[in-house]
Amino acid sequence: MFLETILLAFRAIRRNTLRSTLTALGIIIGVAAVTALVTIGNGTTQSVVSGVSRLGSNLLSVRPGEPGGAPGSARSTARPFNAADAAAIADQIGGVKAVAPIASAKVTSVVGNENWETSVAGTLNTYFEAGQWTLASGRLFTEGELHAGNPVCVIGETVRRHLFGKSDPIGQALRLQRIPCTVIGLLASKGAGAFGMDQDDIVIIPLRAFQRRIAGNIDVDFINVAARADTATAKVKRDIENLLRERRRIGTGQRDDFSVFDMTEISSTLSNITTVLTGLLSAVAAVSLLVGGIGIMNIMLVSVTERTREIGIRLAVGALRRQVLAQFLVEAVVLSLFGGLIGVAIGLSLAAAMAGWLNVPFVFEPTVVVGSFMFSGLVGVLFGYFPARRAANLNPIDALRHE
Amino acid sequence: MPSTGPVLIKLQDLARSYGQGSATVNALRGVSLDIAEGEFVAIMGPSGSGKSTCMNIMGCLDTPTGGHFYFRGLDVGALSNDQRALLRRHYIGFVFQGYNLLPRTSAIENVELPLIYRQMGARERRSLALNAMRQVGLAGWENHAPNELSGGQQQRVAIARAIVTAPALLLADEPTGNLDTARSLEIMNLLIRLNRSEGITIVMVTHEPDMAAFARRIVRFKDGEIETDQLNSKAA
Repeated sequence: MFLETILLAFRAIRRNTLRSTLTALGIIIGVAAVTALVTIGNGTTQSVVSGVSRLGSNLLSVRPGEPGGAPGSARSTARPFNAADAAAIADQIGGVKAVAPIASAKVTSVVGNENWETSVAGTLNTYFEAGQWTLASGRLFTEGELHAGNPVCVIGETVRRHLFGKSDPIGQALRLQRIPCTVIGLLASKGAGAFGMDQDDIVIIPLRAFQRRIAGNIDVDFINVAARADTATAKVKRDIENLLRERRRIGTGQRDDFSVFDMTEISSTLSNITTVLTGLLSAVAAVSLLVGGIGIMNIMLVSVTERTREIGIRLAVGALRRQVLAQFLVEAVVLSLFGGLIGVAIGLSLAAAMAGWLNVPFVFEPTVVVGSFMFSGLVGVLFGYFPARRAANLNPIDALRHE
Repeated sequence: MPSTGPVLIKLQDLARSYGQGSATVNALRGVSLDIAEGEFVAIMGPSGSGKSTCMNIMGCLDTPTGGHFYFRGLDVGALSNDQRALLRRHYIGFVFQGYNLLPRTSAIENVELPLIYRQMGARERRSLALNAMRQVGLAGWENHAPNELSGGQQQRVAIARAIVTAPALLLADEPTGNLDTARSLEIMNLLIRLNRSEGITIVMVTHEPDMAAFARRIVRFKDGEIETDQLNSKAA
């Protein structure tokens, strides 16, 4: 009997193909919008979270400039750090795994005819530990190289691709401005960061080499600190702030002229923001589903009126009221599930296209697909019930006389 | 009244009124009638005489507001909506003046319709429906939609639909009302044959004395009451 009812529904829908398609269109658009937006939203959240976590988990970044600014802002006006600040953090603060003083600049690097503008960072081996970098080939700096500030460098994947093409970069020379520099290591690729920048577009040289040959001073632009996994980053952050206030002689009541960014915190804040945005957008999209549902109700009411005689005949030959109800309800549900199915397909392709365009990962989540599909079914039940009940409650005598 | 078998339908002081207060219309005012299994009864009377109302009550489509309607001894007035639907499903077939076939649905599927609600398998349904189509002389027209059939053919499809369940009672409401004389006679001969050979009790409402003449018993209604109830000696 159930199968009969479904077949009957398919037939009734097919009988009025154009009208059914237009009716389902409301659901199609609604489901497609919800699916696409949630998928893209999830992709964005994932891209932000994984981007931040690729910077290194439990990572704190100490930068000059007042707290409240975005990372990197207003750093020219505040006093820079120096290598001793980093050493003090490493020595005096508990729960710290690696401390990396970093001085950086945009520099054009040249190999033969190829040149590539990239960021050059002068730092220590702790940089690799704090940022959870691994080597694809070659080696890190030796103590001697760090101490002497030798012109050796470890390069990122993007730099290798632009400057060396297919040849092995290890042992080859690279020019940073006018300074020749030997490549000793190649970093494994990390991909795009949280804010969309390419983390692999980097050349790393010993801090002293940078200070002496490129910057011409002993400044450190920022300090990356990796806290140990068993240590709360909030406490480490507080300790660093106290230490640096002392070292930079900032009196009580005076504002900090540096800031400590907790990457874990930023990561969760960002993912919260994107989650809320995704929720809001989906809610707007869900409204269109509601409108689609009203369309279904409208058409089902028309259909019930048109088929009043048919309902009368069915009642006369012995259909129970609940069987008539089921017939029209199933028809509405089949119609909206059909819309849901097409909507999901369109939504996913739309999301895939948008993911490519917005440069965020396409996160296929079965719960989204099943969820929107179920939701379209629910819309069918909700908006199909009223017309179906109307059909079931028809008086057979009046229905048979209906013109 | 003479009867050919046990009582199938017993109307006892049956009344049906519509509306309330001063607007009340008494369509039936105390009708008592017994119809035995195997009878062929024609109900006649002018419009508004209550014959259609009586027919609807006998078809379990409507309930009386007074008196009793017993179907095989069962008091239908006391039954629920669904119980009356089940009575219709298992014991009653309808033929209407306007045929009332499902549009854009083939003849055979129209005939199968009552069987669907009997939860019958597709193959059994098809064979019963084919048999009913043969009985009404429409073998070979199974896959035609109603709009591809003549009025007489449509009415025969409707009759096939009514008899496919082998009902105890066939109610025909002006079955020849939309047909010319030749087609009307065909339909009447078919009904007579079904009454005689299949033993189906037939109650037919008609305006036309020519058609009523086929019945063995003619009941005349007037103003919601039975005016005359007589055997038809001329019945073929």
